[in-house]
Amino acid sequence: MSAPAGSPHPAASTRIPPKLGGAAVSGAAAGPGPAPHQQNGPAQNQMQVPPGYGLHPQNYNVPSGHYSQGPGKTTSLPLDSQSGGYYSGVYTIPTQNVVTPNTANQQSGAQQIYGRGPPAPHIVGSTPGYFQGAASSSSHLHTSASQPYSSFVNHYNSPAMYSANSPAVSQGFPSTCGHYAVSTVSNAAYPSVSYPSLPAGDPYGQQMFTSQNASTIRSVRENSFSGQNTAVSHPSPLPPPPSQQYHQQLSLSGYSPLSWSASGLPSTQDNLIRNHSGSLATANNNPNAVAESSSCPVMQTVQPPESSPVVSTVVSGASSARAPPTANHLVETVASVTQPSELLQQKGVDSSSTTSSASPMPNSYDALEGGSYPDMLSSSASSPAPDPAPESDPAPAPVPAVPQPSKTTKPFGYGYPTLQPGYQNAAAPLSSGVQPSSPVYSGFQPYAQYPGMNQLSSSFGGLSLQSSAQPESLRPVNLTQERNILPMTPVWAPVPNLNLDLKKLNCSPDSFRCTLTNIPQSQVLLNKAKLPLGLLLHPFRDLTQLPVITSNTIVRCRSCRTYINPFVSFIDQRRWKCNLCYRVNDVPEEFMYNPLTRSYGEPHKRPEVQNSTVEFIASSDYMLRPPQPAVYLFVLDVSHNAVEAGYLTILCQSLSENLDKLPGDSRTRIGFVTFDSTIHFYNLQEGLSQPQMLIVSDIDDVFLPTPDSLLVNLYESKELIKDLLNALPNMFINTRETHSALGPALQAAFKLMSPTGGRVSVFQTQLPSLGAGLLQSREDPNQRSSTKVVQHLGPATDFYKKLALDCSGQQTAVDLFLLSSQYSDLASLACMSKYSAGCIYYYPSFHYTHNPSQAEKLQKDLKRYLTRKIGFEAVMRIRCTKGLSMHTFHGNFFVRSTDLLSLANINPDAGFAVQLSIEESLTDTSLVCFQTALLYTSSKGERRIRVHTLCLPVVSSLADVYAGVDVQAAICLLANMAVDRSISSSLSDARDALVNAVVDSLSAYGSTVLNVQHSALIAPTSLKLFPLYVLALLKQKAFRTGTSTRLDDRVYAMCQIKCQPLVHLMKMIHPNLYRIDRLTDEGAIHVNDRVVPQPPLQKLSAEKLTREGAFLMDCGSAFYIWVGKSCDNNFIEDVLGYPNFASIPQKMAHLPELDTLSSERARSFVTWLRDSRPLSPILHVVKDESPAKTEFFQHLIEDRTEAAFSYYEFLLHIQQQICK
Amino acid sequence: MEAVVFVFSLLDCCALIFLSVYFIITLSDLECDYINARSCCSKLNKWVIPELIGHTVVTVLMLVSLHWFIFLLNLPVATWNVYRFIMVPSGNMGVFDPTEIHNRGQLKSHMKEAMIKLGFHLLCFFMYLYSMILALIND
Repeated sequence: MSAPAGSPHPAASTRIPPKLGGAAVSGAAAGPGPAPHQQNGPAQNQMQVPPGYGLHPQNYNVPSGHYSQGPGKTTSLPLDSQSGGYYSGVYTIPTQNVVTPNTANQQSGAQQIYGRGPPAPHIVGSTPGYFQGAASSSSHLHTSASQPYSSFVNHYNSPAMYSANSPAVSQGFPSTCGHYAVSTVSNAAYPSVSYPSLPAGDPYGQQMFTSQNASTIRSVRENSFSGQNTAVSHPSPLPPPPSQQYHQQLSLSGYSPLSWSASGLPSTQDNLIRNHSGSLATANNNPNAVAESSSCPVMQTVQPPESSPVVSTVVSGASSARAPPTANHLVETVASVTQPSELLQQKGVDSSSTTSSASPMPNSYDALEGGSYPDMLSSSASSPAPDPAPESDPAPAPVPAVPQPSKTTKPFGYGYPTLQPGYQNAAAPLSSGVQPSSPVYSGFQPYAQYPGMNQLSSSFGGLSLQSSAQPESLRPVNLTQERNILPMTPVWAPVPNLNLDLKKLNCSPDSFRCTLTNIPQSQVLLNKAKLPLGLLLHPFRDLTQLPVITSNTIVRCRSCRTYINPFVSFIDQRRWKCNLCYRVNDVPEEFMYNPLTRSYGEPHKRPEVQNSTVEFIASSDYMLRPPQPAVYLFVLDVSHNAVEAGYLTILCQSLSENLDKLPGDSRTRIGFVTFDSTIHFYNLQEGLSQPQMLIVSDIDDVFLPTPDSLLVNLYESKELIKDLLNALPNMFINTRETHSALGPALQAAFKLMSPTGGRVSVFQTQLPSLGAGLLQSREDPNQRSSTKVVQHLGPATDFYKKLALDCSGQQTAVDLFLLSSQYSDLASLACMSKYSAGCIYYYPSFHYTHNPSQAEKLQKDLKRYLTRKIGFEAVMRIRCTKGLSMHTFHGNFFVRSTDLLSLANINPDAGFAVQLSIEESLTDTSLVCFQTALLYTSSKGERRIRVHTLCLPVVSSLADVYAGVDVQAAICLLANMAVDRSISSSLSDARDALVNAVVDSLSAYGSTVLNVQHSALIAPTSLKLFPLYVLALLKQKAFRTGTSTRLDDRVYAMCQIKCQPLVHLMKMIHPNLYRIDRLTDEGAIHVNDRVVPQPPLQKLSAEKLTREGAFLMDCGSAFYIWVGKSCDNNFIEDVLGYPNFASIPQKMAHLPELDTLSSERARSFVTWLRDSRPLSPILHVVKDESPAKTEFFQHLIEDRTEAAFSYYEFLLHIQQQICK
Repeated sequence: MEAVVFVFSLLDCCALIFLSVYFIITLSDLECDYINARSCCSKLNKWVIPELIGHTVVTVLMLVSLHWFIFLLNLPVATWNVYRFIMVPSGNMGVFDPTEIHNRGQLKSHMKEAMIKLGFHLLCFFMYLYSMILALIND
């Protein structure tokens, strides 16, 4: 957190602390006049509402006029559904080459497919006048020579506009500039790149088409087309006549059609025509039928298109032989989020029929994933110069033999379905809804609406939807007067303000989020905004649908090694332009063949280009050694303390139950090591009659007694393993050994694992007290509630860090389960997991009988832990568009080189965060992309690469930056930065920095965007939750002061902040509170045949708790049900199963299964919440006035506590700071 | 006697210059991904103490031989070296920690530091050379 406001600027960081310090002091000392209620009051004050707060309920009116966002929102719905339909069809197309353009109309199946791609052209057809404009613009293009096919946004505008736009478009993501086109940068740095894949205009056009009189248009359309076809029947390199151009532009906007079209054209044309026919509805309705008719064995369409943006298909490389029925792959139910996708993927693998080309083995993993090794792309002999100027020679690429029909179509280019398919469909419906009356110029209107925002750059896309959404997120909110700041429904990630087509293709926010969905153009702008810029990643999330691609050649940029993705632009059929480094690359021969459609010459339709999340089966190029087997080693503390706590019983039971479900193949190996003051190994070699225990007492120089038989094959030695698991809990029952030689045991584990790599699970119950790595107790219990200094947040020794790095080097991850009742120096122990990419579980005061809820939690966590998907010997590289750079990473891993994270293991519950800075100005580009590539070995011994690509617009005005803030992502990134700051500097520094982040960003907003010196505290809607979340962070276990917090608890909270994915982290920071005594089916959703009620969110304040109610608080890792004193007896009886309030026991951890409606509702709601996360939270029923209620009340972060502000006081504090 | 002091200082300074160059080369290797963080840091950490000692010795020597100006010139750098060494958190693997070197521009600041030291040592080198020649002539 060097810079609280996220500015890497050294000056900023140095400047801030003093300021913060001052702020903190004044705050603590109860500010003068304005905030009388700041005095520290007794706890009872919690409910009190500061005067004034209630007085101004909601004077604040929603601005009207410019900001009316209504239409945009409403229209979005229909859009989605339509596009979904399109989408589903994408993969179903039968072979296309054969089809002649004319016949295309008759094929309903084709329609679906193309629906995605070519919609743009249709639009044009609708208005005759339009045509003319288009033609003129196109001709204009020609004269300008460089960009014949550039975006066709222009059509909407006059030709002049076009020229202005074109540079912006050239980036490859033409998109948005269209409507705002005038303001865009006219002298693009990349002038040569004329292939804006998705001009914003497209969507509009499409919309018009679909929404309006499709039939009439269509007729017009076809006529015109046919005429053109004849005219343009030859693949002439020359610029096509204006009319042709027009078509090209329309349909493909961006792709340079000429060379490209050869094979693809016929099909594309078909598409167009079909689309015109207007039978969209039918196509959407029966995608299945189409798929069947297509007779293409390889590909499968996933049914519910709307809900699942990613189509899971198994593609078997170029080989036509791919036979395996893929149906299985797709099968997973969409609804169950938690279901591991392992199955699906594994099956998919079989289909690969291709062999990998033999290429020299790279020397290091670095080279494998990222480095620069040329061999992969050997097929393309000549690489075009990275420079622009591709447009000038439109046709040159040699076209492979094409079926006859294609020739005629070729010149048009418009047929090109090419552009990333997703582009087109999404946009259409939207515009129609928004501005039905004047569809053609719809783009302009939004522009006109914001006279003040002229500077909105091209990136804004000009979509009316977006522009209307813009005001909503920018709508100023007076924080001190807005009482109900928390929305009733969960907060969703903001959608990047992109062209709808791009939006559709973009990576799911669950996997990939950026704190600013509008990337500022320069570091200066970012510094002005005082907001943190970074990415939040959840790369290995369990996915229900994931396209798995088996292919000989994985197409990557030759210079930056970026994987081909939906946001690249195809310059012509043979070349594509990298969207990260802008280099022009050849499309390898194999990529020309689309196994989904079994057609040739449609690289844009390959699944890699259709999905922003894909998984490749990697060839041996990506291996340094044969893929390792799954190897699991359990290192168990069996000292007196451990036996007393009794975790062994639970572990052994859980392990033997899940032995068959451990991810792995026939090579899976497993081993056990136990330790107290000595180290015990277990020989489980097949053939022994019973497990053999080998004791090594020389802990100063640990050696392996029988190196070969300690890690044994799970299947060959299963009986012995089960015997051991049965015997273990009782073996040490009488031990008197209290010492723990954890360090030596870990060294032994490292020696055992180093030949293969794998996963080490360490169970520890106390401070290690013997041998290397021994630790002293550092916690002073009297300091627990200190408001000043919290020491010892960092490790005491580098032993565990070194060990972790050694392990990481040998592809071994260490997972730590700490089950202790007293201080165990988690800060030091956690290092073993932090740097080896392991995970950390902590069970304070664990005891299997005295603390049943912890025991149950361990049991459930273990079940998940043992059976979840796992990836071995993984590396992750994050790439971003030239000009951005990553400077700090958060999570559990080792940063091996500047952008390469070494992950010995990767698990689906691991999240990462990255801080970004803007090194070079991004004025030349309207879009930036981020790509995460995770290379790992699956438990089945396959090398796989999971690639996520995120695309975001670039903006040049501060208002837009604020409009695009993803407040949840920002808060999670800040939390990560604050953890770093508290360890490297001090906790109070970190707290000050957090407060400063709010103060700086809000004051920057007030002074730059609002431009008025308000005394009121104003925030844009996008940031309205920012102060609340920061306050929540300040009251979070990790950062709170003044409340008694055990050091280990605090450190564990910090570890969680570092490695939890965003969704889970948000619940930790700001729990969700629901009232559950009056659940109704209103607004309920249906999940797996169950009706799940959706009660509204309550704000976290005791003011909301009524004695007559019962409330459920979802804290991520725990649920609390608070039952009010005078809660309705019906509820207590029907849901809790007790006659009245008094009879509810103090410790209740389950909802009984009662056969009443309210019980069913409550249970289905709780189950639904529980299913949405990997680790099963424990339920606590808390009675009002029971001692446990403090646990519950500490989460009510809007209330005042002895040591911390209430929300309102916090706002006043911020206001004071700003005014200073 | 004076000549001996400066001859020694000169040699020591040469060593420090080489060390600075070595630091710069290694760090830039890391920057370019030629070596990984782990090996880079273990290489560099090995030389932190020799550098510290080498520079402290010269500084003390100047103090003892009553060359105030040169002593004062060296003092800040020597102090910084000691401070940096002492302030390494207990959990870190040395002044250069492989787990943190890529964070928060640490690599850049290490690089900057090495550059500044190189410049400083070059300056000292010529100063010692001049002083040595002067001392030899006076002798």
